[in-house]
Amino acid sequence: MKSLLALLFCLIASGAFAHKPSDSYLTLERHGAAVQGQWDIALRDLDAAITLDANGDGEITWGEVRAKRAEIVAYALSRIDMVSGGTACPLEAADALIDQHSDGAYAVLRLSATCPQPGPALSVEYRLLFDIDPTHRGLLQYVEDGRTHSAIFSAESRAQTLGAGTAWQQLAAYVHEGVWHIWLGFDHILFLLSLLLPAVLLRHGGAWQPAESFRAAFWDVARIVTAFTVAHSITLTLAALDVVSLPSRWVESAIALSVVLAAINNVFPVVSHGRWLAAFGFGLIHGFGFAGALRDLGLPTGSLALSLFGFNVGVELGQLAIVGVFLPAAFWLRGTWTYRRVVLAGGSALIAAIAGVWLVERAFNVAILPTLA
Amino acid sequence: MSALRRCAWMLLALALGAPVFAKPYLPIDDDAVLERLPERTDPSLRDVKRLRAALDRNPGDLALAARLARRAIEAARETGDPRFFGQAQAALAPWWKQPDPPAQALLLRATLKQSTHDFTGALADLDRLIAANPRDGQALLTRATVLTVQGRYAEARADCARIARLTVPLVAIACDAAPASVSGEAASAYQALSGALAAPGTDAGLAEWAHTLAGEIAQRRGDAAAAEAHFRAALALDPRDPYLLAAYADFLLDRDRPAEVVPLLKDYTRNDNLLLRLTLAEARLLEMRSSFDAHRSDLEDRFDAARRRGDALHRREEARYALEITGNSARALALARENWKVQRESADLRILLSAAKAAGDTAALREAGDWVRAHRLEDAAITALLQMR
Repeated sequence: MKSLLALLFCLIASGAFAHKPSDSYLTLERHGAAVQGQWDIALRDLDAAITLDANGDGEITWGEVRAKRAEIVAYALSRIDMVSGGTACPLEAADALIDQHSDGAYAVLRLSATCPQPGPALSVEYRLLFDIDPTHRGLLQYVEDGRTHSAIFSAESRAQTLGAGTAWQQLAAYVHEGVWHIWLGFDHILFLLSLLLPAVLLRHGGAWQPAESFRAAFWDVARIVTAFTVAHSITLTLAALDVVSLPSRWVESAIALSVVLAAINNVFPVVSHGRWLAAFGFGLIHGFGFAGALRDLGLPTGSLALSLFGFNVGVELGQLAIVGVFLPAAFWLRGTWTYRRVVLAGGSALIAAIAGVWLVERAFNVAILPTLA
Repeated sequence: MSALRRCAWMLLALALGAPVFAKPYLPIDDDAVLERLPERTDPSLRDVKRLRAALDRNPGDLALAARLARRAIEAARETGDPRFFGQAQAALAPWWKQPDPPAQALLLRATLKQSTHDFTGALADLDRLIAANPRDGQALLTRATVLTVQGRYAEARADCARIARLTVPLVAIACDAAPASVSGEAASAYQALSGALAAPGTDAGLAEWAHTLAGEIAQRRGDAAAAEAHFRAALALDPRDPYLLAAYADFLLDRDRPAEVVPLLKDYTRNDNLLLRLTLAEARLLEMRSSFDAHRSDLEDRFDAARRRGDALHRREEARYALEITGNSARALALARENWKVQRESADLRILLSAAKAAGDTAALREAGDWVRAHRLEDAAITALLQMR
């Protein structure tokens, strides 16, 4: 009966939240690699977590807080993580100060961090107090390039990815990342080269002949590059939007396999005319690889489409730069014995060998070659 | 970027940056008291801390978790501090997302969902409990309360009728009086309730709550003397119940006795509901001008903080603030309308009606009039508002 009454009353009386609930106020300001910030956490909340009221008299004095200043900093910093460019940005905090908010006293931590490899986005994971009070919120104010963005951390949404600067700067940053990804991702370059090497040649009766016109070679290259682009754009988008997701080990192994097959086809030709079809089919797999790289960079929640577009444009620009250097040179050299025997056959064999090692490494998760990039 | 947009950004940065521009400081005196915890006024609240420590050592112990959740819910009620609701929810974490948790956890989960205005979620949990055990008095009582808040009076009264055989008469009568008094039977509901209250040997907590309810019904019926007697009887039993303090302050404001509100509420400024009533009283008292200005700015900060965290639990109070303090009737009406979609108590209709009148919104006025007629709502203040148009 007693418990029945207790519940009855609390139901009647709890029609509205009367007090201000538990919130912390986090401000982060980023300049390139450096992040500065301030974090205001209610003393009442800290008391619930690490007991500030040492003598248990219901009053928190400055002496009690001072005795636990190091513990407050350690507790708070253990509840937040920042990552940029795929690398953690370790946070430090000076000793706690005190500030009065409209609902009581707060500990104020002055934060600073350095991101060793700053990328276009900053990901923040916030875990303060959710274990003690799931209705707690972290109210974030993020400043970059004079622009302020606000976000809320809650038990259901603990991670925020914050974009960089203006939309244009952000776009430029992702284009840049896309270019670098294709240049540093040797597997994509080697795949593309394997498909392009024979483009300046023609297969006639079991032997390679130089292509007759630059025009013909150009269109063959254009077909291959376009098919590859369309295919990987499709899967990159699907994966970035979480429509399709594949295990990364599977994807990386399949990419290595695609390079092996494309290269072997140059030494022992099976497919000679429909190479653009191979570019399309394997391009679908490479798209999942790009998506993995994009995910490592962090996608700002507010401008997913923009960053996706920028990254894709970057990949295309990087690709076109490779084609722009390769095609005139290869066309010029296409009639030579060296091009056909050393570059095409020898080069392809070397590519197949390297990719074969990658395939073994990725499929069985072992390290054989020194890391390339 | 246009000048207008730059201006908007600056305003936003200023609004959001308010806490940053305040000056953090390093206190000098070790004995300076920075914060008073709720257990300062009620040492029994230390139970919550103690139980939490015990549960940390035995996670997954349902009996212990339920005890902690129950004690924390009581603490939230006593202090009006939602942190305790949060701690109750944390205690129930292993069962919070389960589709079919044990009955004990399910009932507490429903109670917490109700406290955050997740009425649909609360009803789903309660329906499940009652389907499993049709004689679950607590679940029936809780469901009747939720249904009453939603304006589903017939269903609420059906649940109260089922409780009659399961508990003491006063609980069943009070359960029924809440919906009956706002659906055409105020006189008989009041009579039944005051009759049951006269019976001796009633539990003090139960009597305090029933007196508060009787006071509210008498006030709606326009019987100020009876209302005052009930509120005073309730205050004698528990002078700190925030719900009662708010109800009595509203009564005093209605009777144009703001000077009595100030001593009643001056120590409860941490409670947003009570701070609003205090500020409303001070607005009418010339000599309280400086205190009014400070409290008004505090209230502004609290509503701002609630908006920033995405809470919609303050709408009724914020509408009243917008209407009676800042005189922004359009904003008051927008808030009152949003609130009315979720809560349909007499006070919710009253703020909707007042805001609609101030904003000259005839559609909202008609809607409110239709509700009063359809449910045969008896509330002197609402009747007066409807007649004055």
